Amino acid sequence: MLMAIGSLTAMGVTLGTILGAAARYLHVEENPLEEELKAMLPGSQCGQCGYVGCGQAAAALAKGEAPVTLCPPGGKAVIEALAKKLGVSADLSEHEEKGPEHAYVIEGLCIGCTRCIRECTTDSILGANKLMHTIIVESCHGCGKCVEVCPTEAIVMKPIEVTLNTWHWPKPEVAHHVTVH
Amino acid sequence: MKLFPVRGGIHPDYRKEQTSEKAIVAMPLPAALYIPLQQHIGAPAEALVQAGDVVKKGQKIGRNQGAVSATQHAPTSGRIASVTEVPAPHPSGLPTLTIVIEPDGKDEWAELPAPIADPFAADMQTINARVAESGIVGMGGAAFPSAIKLNLGTQKKLHTLLLNGAECEPFLTCDDRVMREHADEVIDGARIMAHALGVPNIVIGIEDNKPQAADIMRKAASAFANIQIAVVPVQYPMGSEKHLVQAITGKETPARMLTADLGIVVHNVATARAVHHAVRFGRPLIARVVTVSGGALREPRNVEVAIGTKISDLVEFCGGFAQRPERVVNGGPMMGQPLPSLDAPVVKGTSGILALTAEEISDRPTSACIRCGTCVTICPCGLSPVEMSSFIRKDNLEVAAKLGVMDCISCGSCSWVCPSHIPLVHYFNYAKGMLNAQTRDQRKNERIKTLVEARTIRIEKAAEAKKAALAAKKPAAAAAPAAPATTTEEKANA
Repeated sequence: MLMAIGSLTAMGVTLGTILGAAARYLHVEENPLEEELKAMLPGSQCGQCGYVGCGQAAAALAKGEAPVTLCPPGGKAVIEALAKKLGVSADLSEHEEKGPEHAYVIEGLCIGCTRCIRECTTDSILGANKLMHTIIVESCHGCGKCVEVCPTEAIVMKPIEVTLNTWHWPKPEVAHHVTVH
Repeated sequence: MKLFPVRGGIHPDYRKEQTSEKAIVAMPLPAALYIPLQQHIGAPAEALVQAGDVVKKGQKIGRNQGAVSATQHAPTSGRIASVTEVPAPHPSGLPTLTIVIEPDGKDEWAELPAPIADPFAADMQTINARVAESGIVGMGGAAFPSAIKLNLGTQKKLHTLLLNGAECEPFLTCDDRVMREHADEVIDGARIMAHALGVPNIVIGIEDNKPQAADIMRKAASAFANIQIAVVPVQYPMGSEKHLVQAITGKETPARMLTADLGIVVHNVATARAVHHAVRFGRPLIARVVTVSGGALREPRNVEVAIGTKISDLVEFCGGFAQRPERVVNGGPMMGQPLPSLDAPVVKGTSGILALTAEEISDRPTSACIRCGTCVTICPCGLSPVEMSSFIRKDNLEVAAKLGVMDCISCGSCSWVCPSHIPLVHYFNYAKGMLNAQTRDQRKNERIKTLVEARTIRIEKAAEAKKAALAAKKPAAAAAPAAPATTTEEKANA
């Protein structure tokens, strides 16, 4: 009986010490602010902010490396929420509401410099030196980095169009007629 | 034949008498035909013609591309006026790439593929290839490429071909008339399809409100011991393939599975007729029977019409409107979709064009839910419309999905029965669209993630290779100083 109590106590003490030490030495620095900011972002991982996903964008926001206006799909609502959380004032004057976009090469203007190809994080630009480039729309995530590097302004951002395959019914608008007696 | 009960359902006012006793009439060719490259589920066809080309009747003008797609053919001889965007017969009214043909009036046939002399001696690949080549899609409305469904025999253990002649939608009588007037063609098509599927049994399901069709089909099928006619009770939505299978076998198709998992493949009766034409005569699918009906129409009738005929031309052929229609519907009144424009053409999946009056639509103001539970009782899929709609109203789609909104077949019975006139099925169509869009976005994000990762790995490897090359060159550098050749990308990422 005593043996059992003793050995279990000894085991508990040893394992507890190891766990306690591990928690101290293997501690991962986590910013609770980052998690909160991430929850505010749309979570579509669209990459239009220039970061790979919303998690990375939230990290940059938390460190103050990114402006609160970074998220185009989030729109005004997200900007205001982020600004409130971070205690900064948001400049909404230059903000325009827009949906998801993709890049588009104006073929007549492209000189085939390959600068955009090097910039594209998803390998969505097809082309070669001195040959016209084109965008693979299916894998373009609309970050707009290619637009910035294009020396001839041959790349523009276009909204992703609704097609017969992506269209769906909108939410029904229902005005409930309530009779008051 | 022993039948089994099916859950739920409704009994709307069928109004089929407007067209059911009128024989199919062929419509003369209009001034222009509009053939959309996408008339089916899947990828659009690729145009094989351009403006100015001269085509003959039955000539292939659109090639299928991708795993799920269908070919398109010229419904008559003439000149290609253009390949341009035209409003699709779709509730969105969005434009879709369409081949416009100006008929030359000669209606001259192109050289067609040779008839398959003895289809029952041919192997299933030959028949499937012919069905695919003929551009045949499901003609009940969903327009799924038929050859793919006929190929299911190679993937699943099948035992029965169920021919769907239930036609449970009010107003529609095109399948009824096809069965009455072309029973032999339908039966022959069904036998060819059963052979292609490798199934021994054929069951033809017909609702009890079409006794003449059932009699004629029974007579036409009497020579074949493996064909049974099942007269199923009148109960909307009996024509839903899963429910028809349940009525005939007593087995319910599990959620997110196919009737083929129960060993049964369902095809529409008009599709069987199209298969008969393709196999026996080499004729592609270039015309179909459409019910043109509704209170606002002067002469409701069943019309055999060339694919691509503008709906306005079809309405004109039926005497035009007697009064301004409150809504023009593509399909039946329960599951059909409103048409924003009469400029859209008739396509392979168009079963009906209904010009409905305000009285026939009876749009009424919505009031609050009284929690009567009728929608739960009648839901043929065993769902709880009241609960799902309240979550969708608050945009809580996650919970709606858990409650099974994706298993809703959009039959509209709940909306029809609701005493508060809550647009329940509209909520479900919205939720299904949103959930599908979310799945598409997720898939795209996953694809983007893999692309980003692949690129990172490639760049790292290139950098390492460069380092290694540099290190290898260093000792030898004094002897032979040669500049290492770098690629554009290495330069960029240096």
